[in-house]
Order: sequence, then C-alpha cells, then structure tokens
Amino acid sequence: MPSITELDVNGITQRVNASSERSLLSVLRDDLDLTGTKYGCGEGQCGACTVLLDGEPVRSCITPVSKAAGKRITTIEGLEQEGSLDPLQEAFLEVGAFQCGYCTPGMIMSGTSLLRRNPKPTAAEIAHAMQGNICRCGTYPRIVAAVRMAAQRRPS
Amino acid sequence: MNADLTRRDFFSALGCGVVILCAAESADAQESGRRSRNDARPQSISAWLHIGDDGTVTACTGKAEVGQNIRTSLAQAVAEELRVPLASIKLLMADTDLTPYDMGTFGSRTTPTMAPEIRKAAAAAREALVDIAASKWTVDRKTVRVADGKVSAAGHFAGFGELMRGQQLVQIIDPQVALTPAADWKIAGQSVPKVDGRDFVTGKHQYTHDLKRPRMLYGKVLRPPAFEAKLVSFDDAAAKQMPGVTTVRQGDFVAVAAPDSESAQRAVEALKAEWKTETQPSEGELFAYFKANARPGEDRQSGGSIDQGMAQAHQKLSQSYTVAYIAHVPLETRVAVAEWSRENKLTVWTGTQRPFGVRADLATEFGIHEENVRVIVSDTGSAYGGKHTSEYAIEAARLAKAAGQPVKVSWTRQEEFTWAYLRPAGVIEIASGVRQDGVITAWDFHNYNSGPSGMQITYDIPNRRIVFHPSKSPLRQGSYRGLAATANHFARETHIDELAHALNIDPLEFRLKNLKDERQRAVLVAAANRFGWGKQKAAAGHGYGISMGFEKGGYVATCAEVSVEGGRPKIVRVVEAFECGAVVNPDHLSNQIEGAIVMAIGGALFEQVHFENGKILNPMLSRYRVPRFGDVPVIETVLVDRKDLPSAGAGETPIVGLAPAVGNAMFQATGIRQRSLPFSS
Ligand code: FES
Ligand code: FES
Repeated sequence: MPSITELDVNGITQRVNASSERSLLSVLRDDLDLTGTKYGCGEGQCGACTVLLDGEPVRSCITPVSKAAGKRITTIEGLEQEGSLDPLQEAFLEVGAFQCGYCTPGMIMSGTSLLRRNPKPTAAEIAHAMQGNICRCGTYPRIVAAVRMAAQRRPS
Repeated sequence: MNADLTRRDFFSALGCGVVILCAAESADAQESGRRSRNDARPQSISAWLHIGDDGTVTACTGKAEVGQNIRTSLAQAVAEELRVPLASIKLLMADTDLTPYDMGTFGSRTTPTMAPEIRKAAAAAREALVDIAASKWTVDRKTVRVADGKVSAAGHFAGFGELMRGQQLVQIIDPQVALTPAADWKIAGQSVPKVDGRDFVTGKHQYTHDLKRPRMLYGKVLRPPAFEAKLVSFDDAAAKQMPGVTTVRQGDFVAVAAPDSESAQRAVEALKAEWKTETQPSEGELFAYFKANARPGEDRQSGGSIDQGMAQAHQKLSQSYTVAYIAHVPLETRVAVAEWSRENKLTVWTGTQRPFGVRADLATEFGIHEENVRVIVSDTGSAYGGKHTSEYAIEAARLAKAAGQPVKVSWTRQEEFTWAYLRPAGVIEIASGVRQDGVITAWDFHNYNSGPSGMQITYDIPNRRIVFHPSKSPLRQGSYRGLAATANHFARETHIDELAHALNIDPLEFRLKNLKDERQRAVLVAAANRFGWGKQKAAAGHGYGISMGFEKGGYVATCAEVSVEGGRPKIVRVVEAFECGAVVNPDHLSNQIEGAIVMAIGGALFEQVHFENGKILNPMLSRYRVPRFGDVPVIETVLVDRKDLPSAGAGETPIVGLAPAVGNAMFQATGIRQRSLPFSS
C-alpha cells in the first residue's frame, strides 16, 4: 500500500505514516492527536469533521488522506493565533452559539471559509452555505448571529 | 454517617479547608431508592462543597453536563451564595469515585433538586467562613461581611484561603440554612457565558471520543443482521491472524480489538458468522400491533363520568392520532474507553446520563464490587435522553479485559441509529364532547405505547378519563427529551383545535374558555400577545396555529405561522412563551427553548425511523433527515419569570408545543388536518 509520510497541518510539517486510503479525519485524530475535528456521521452529512484544504472546506471523514498531502490543512486548532482567538471564535463565545459544543469546531471551520469567500454574508447566505452542518442541539439562529457578528467586526 | 471516614477522604484528596456536605433529603435521593451496599462513601450525601486553603471553591455533584449548561448554572448558584466571582468556582461532576451518588441526569431534575442543594452548601460555607472569621478576630459575627471573594470586619480583611489555613472542618448543612431570595440574585438570574466556553471554540475540550490511553486499542462489535438474531456458527481464525488483533465471543456478542480503527474494521470484516433470525413486525402493521398487544391501562387524573359528560354534549368528536419512532441522534455517538488495572479495578470513561447506573451494570456484568468500578463522564456531546444505558461501556470493558489493554469502542452513526433505543411510537385515541357555548363536557383520552408523560390536562374538564395502555414494542424504545409529552400534547392540542373549528370559535378563545389555571393562562396570553394572535389574517397559503401545555413543572404556549406550498410546509415564525418559576440564567434558558423548538421541527415534519422485519431501513443521516439551517423559522421566546416560585428544569418541556401549533397552522392554511407525526409520513 502506498503511504503518506508528510502533512502540512496548521503551518507545521507533520510526519505521519498512513496508508493513502485512510480518511484524513482518522489521521488527524488518531495519529496526530488533533481531536478538535469531530466524527459525527462518516458519510459527509453532518459537517462535524470540516477542515480547510488550501482554504476550501472539506469533509475530512470522506476525504482520503492522500488528497490532503501537499495541501495546507487548517483545523480548528489552527485558528487561534498567539493566544488570541479568531473573530469568529470570539463571536461564538459572545453569542453563546452552542450547547454541547460538539458541532462547534465544524461550524467554525465552515463559517471561516464562508467569510473568506463572502465577507459580508446575509442571514440567508449563511444558512445556505452552512446547510451541510448539523447542530442537533438546534443552536442554528445563534450560529447565524455569530457569523454575522464576526463579519461586522472584520475590517472591510 | 461516618464523619471520620469522610474527613479523611476529603482532606487527603483536597488538603485543608472546609467541607460542607448536603444531606440527601431531596426528592432526587429518595427517587433513587437504592444505594449500593459496597460503596464505602457515606450514602446520605447528595452534593458537597469545599473551600481550600488556597481559596479555591470546589463544588461536587454526580450530575453530568450534556449540553444543558448545568456546569454553568450550578456554578452560578454557588457564586451567588458565596459572593465570589464565577471564575473562582470549580465544578467536579459525574465521576463515581469523586462525586456523590446520583440517580442520573434526566427528567429536568437538576435545576429543581440539585441546584437548591448546591446553593444551600454554598450558603452554609459562607456562614462557616463568618464563624471562623468571628472567632479568629474575636468580633461579633454580625459585623462580618462576605463580598467579592473576601471576608471583612472592622479593621480586618482576609481572602477565603487565608481564613482556611490550618482548618479542617466538615459540616453537614442545616437544611433550613437561609438562601438568597431570587429577587436579590446578582449572579444567578443573569446571563453569563458558558463557564469553559473557550475550550469548545478552540477544539480543546476533550469529549470521551477524544480520549486516548497509553497502549489503547480500538474495538469493533460484529452486529447481527437483524434484532433478536442468534449466532449459530462463528469462525475468527482469519481475524486472529491479523497483527495485534484480539477477538471476543460471549454468547451472541462478538467483537474485536486492534491497534488502530482501520485494522479493527478489517478484523471485524474477516469474522465469519452465521445468524438465525425470526420474523418480526414491520412498520405497516405497527399501530394495529400496539392496540392488539395493549395491556390494562393505568389511569391518570381521571374524574367525573364520561357518560354524563357525553350526555351533556351538543357535539361529539372521536379521533385517533399517531406518532412514529424517532432517534436522538446526539452528534457525539455513544462511546466508551475501558481500562482494567492489575488489581482488577475497572475504569470506564463514557458519555452517559447515568454514571452510577453504568457503574452498577458494569459491576454486575463482571461480578465485581462497585467500589472496584469507576465511571468518569467528561462533558458530553449531548444526549437528549438517549444516553441512559450501559451497553457500549460493557462492550469496551469486555474487550479490554480480553486484550489486557485499554480499549475504546465508539459507535458509528449507523450503529447509533440501529443499536441504541428510540422514542416510543404510539397511537392516541380521544373522544370528547362539547356544548354549543364552547364548554368541554367530556374528555376520554387513551395512549397506546407511547407513554403517560404530559397526558394530564390543565383544562377544566370535570368528566375525564385519561389512560395509558402499555404495549409491546417491535423496536427498542426508551427515554427521550420530553418523551411522550410531545405525542400527548400533539394529540390533545390538535383535538382541541378540531373542537374549536367545529364550533367556529377562535382557538385561543376556546382554550381560555375552558381554562382556570392561572399560570397556564398567563403563558398562553403571553405567547398570543407577542405573536399578535387575532390581529390579522394569514396571507394566502399561510396559516396560524396555537397550542399550550404543562409538563415537569413548566408551562408552555406556542404560536406558529406556517406556509404550505405544493403540499410542503415551511415554518415561518414561532413564538413560544415558557414559565418554569424563577429564571436562573435567561440566556441559557432561551438557548434551551430555541434548541427544543428546532429539535421539535424534525419530529413534527420529517423525522421517522423506518423498519421492516427486525431491520432499520434508514440508519444514516442521508436517509434520516434532521433539522438544518434552512428549516429554522424566526423564533421568539418569551420568558415568564416568576421570582416567587422555585425554579423548574427547562431542558424538555419547551419541545412539546411546536408540533400541534404547526399542525393546526397547516390546517388553517390548507383545510387538511394533520393527525400523524411526522406530517410527511
Ligand atoms: S463526520 Fe464527516 S460529515 Fe459527518
Ligand atoms: S451544540 Fe450540540 S450539536 Fe451543536
């Protein structure tokens, strides 16, 4: 089996030894102990496992690790810069946009990529872009509010 | 209680300081009924609180945090009574070695029972600090003040830690200790953010899924092709050849453990097993099956005479309503990590609402004393009533025992849909009689299988019979957020709407006419006013609906606006008023209500577990639709804060009002009556 030996995660080159068909999710979680990225379904339906590959959101549970090799992988652990939170993380805290918090990393990653593509999304655009992320606790209205708050605070 | 033992236990673990114990006089402890015989710790303690000689305040409870934010609300209660900032309080929760026995985190019991206990402990600790200060400074205790985490009296000033130095005081609280009245709350009653929120937005919080133990293996269970299947032949030779793989067979339980999850998957696929299955009831015959297998009913809240009530009626109505099985779908699937020590002591980390129940089940399963089992629950990726049982803990522990290494078993989404348990399906039949002036004269209500909770009425109907008929369920069923209250409210509030329409009376007016209960009236009017009920006509293709109810100490009323296009409903706006006594944290309460409304959308419109002959047909998120962003209406919550009443829990009751309000609105929009949940069925 061909294997993947190097991954660029959150700006750091990580040594791994993973057969190429393994899911990016399991390599991040089990091999690199980056457990902020969550398993929710394994079928690309819930968004809990969302990470960015060269800035684009992907479902890491159905992404073979070979697809991530050579790309910049960003996980939830990579958003905080020198101890200060990303504006979207701040907004989630401020709005209280979670209950159990299990969907939160995936929501923040999806929201981050949305804000990069569309810095001032409307509520409808947010709902549309994040339709693939499930919050079973039902905090959707607050998540929309948090994304909007982060958008407003961004220097335009 | 053996105070010496307690003293030694606490101070060896925590150092000097003061420990305040809550004697378990609460309903919670009484309901639990049973205490394990071989638990060394005093059994009469429901919670305790410790102030260390470094000033740290630790409050301890067996309750688990599953997203309902009790870690925050309980800390607020402590901060309030101890007059300290919220940040200086540590809450130790749901660890069977460290926290007092607790029956479980369910039934919306934490706020009405645990919060007052913890609050009393904090109040007693404050009084103990005052005593210590008074004797140390030889001043009158009346002159001692506790504020902002400091104790002071004329010319004296000390932090908690300073006062505690060298003290070892264990005190059982006087249940009559004076509490700060809700009207004077400064920290409790406020919206404060989740206490450890930062860990959730950075991905640092470790759920059970995220735990890793040294030498840990990954476990996988071979699932039978149908429920009740029996293993007839089994061959694990190929699996055993694989490096590092352990296999276990115990009766019909077959599982493997391997060094990583992919090898575990390959090993389980390499097992050869033959199963014998039995024919089982399928979806199409479900409701007839419930009625055919019904056992004698349990009467609830019956009174008067149905015959007399019907004789007084000008109009009569008989209808039947159904609800489907639905799944909890907690985003963190069921998971457990088990580890055996050399001394044969078992530790299990797992997401559960019943840590002590799981401990008892593990002790029974392995024939060991409960004191040799420790269950630790890290704050869990939600539960909604779905995490009461022990099977995944047992699976991990069996594998760990066989492998001699720690093992993690995390269920896949498919296992979660198939091998967990469901909210019961059911049939509800209602016969009623009503006078032409709108007074309901008879109410005959029968629930088959779905459950008795929320069957009671707040309507003033003297002639009533309200009966729950248990039955046999083809699928495994159990607890759920709101449980049967959702089904019973749906049936009742739909039926009430049908009566109002039959009489041509406005549904709000009809309800008020039959309602004396002041608290119920207050929430109903609050919701209607905010919604603007009766102020304007719904647009073409739109309809308005209303519902109300009472369950677990909380009163709820819901108004909905729905549009129906091409037969497909879209919920446009929901207003829900809720009253559960004194509000502890308004923002978290609104969050719970909003969340319950969103969850209720699924059960109302589309969630349904399909099954046939012992198999679940849609065990995946691509075939079991849960509410998503696009399904969410404008939601407005109205909190009716009754500072004069004790606080009730709020995790469940807000879920019951949506389905009938939406169904009633769909009727107004289309003239088609919805009598089955989900409406898409
Ligand atoms: S775990 Fe990847 S989408 Fe659900
Ligand atoms: S906060 Fe629990 S799933 Fe979103």
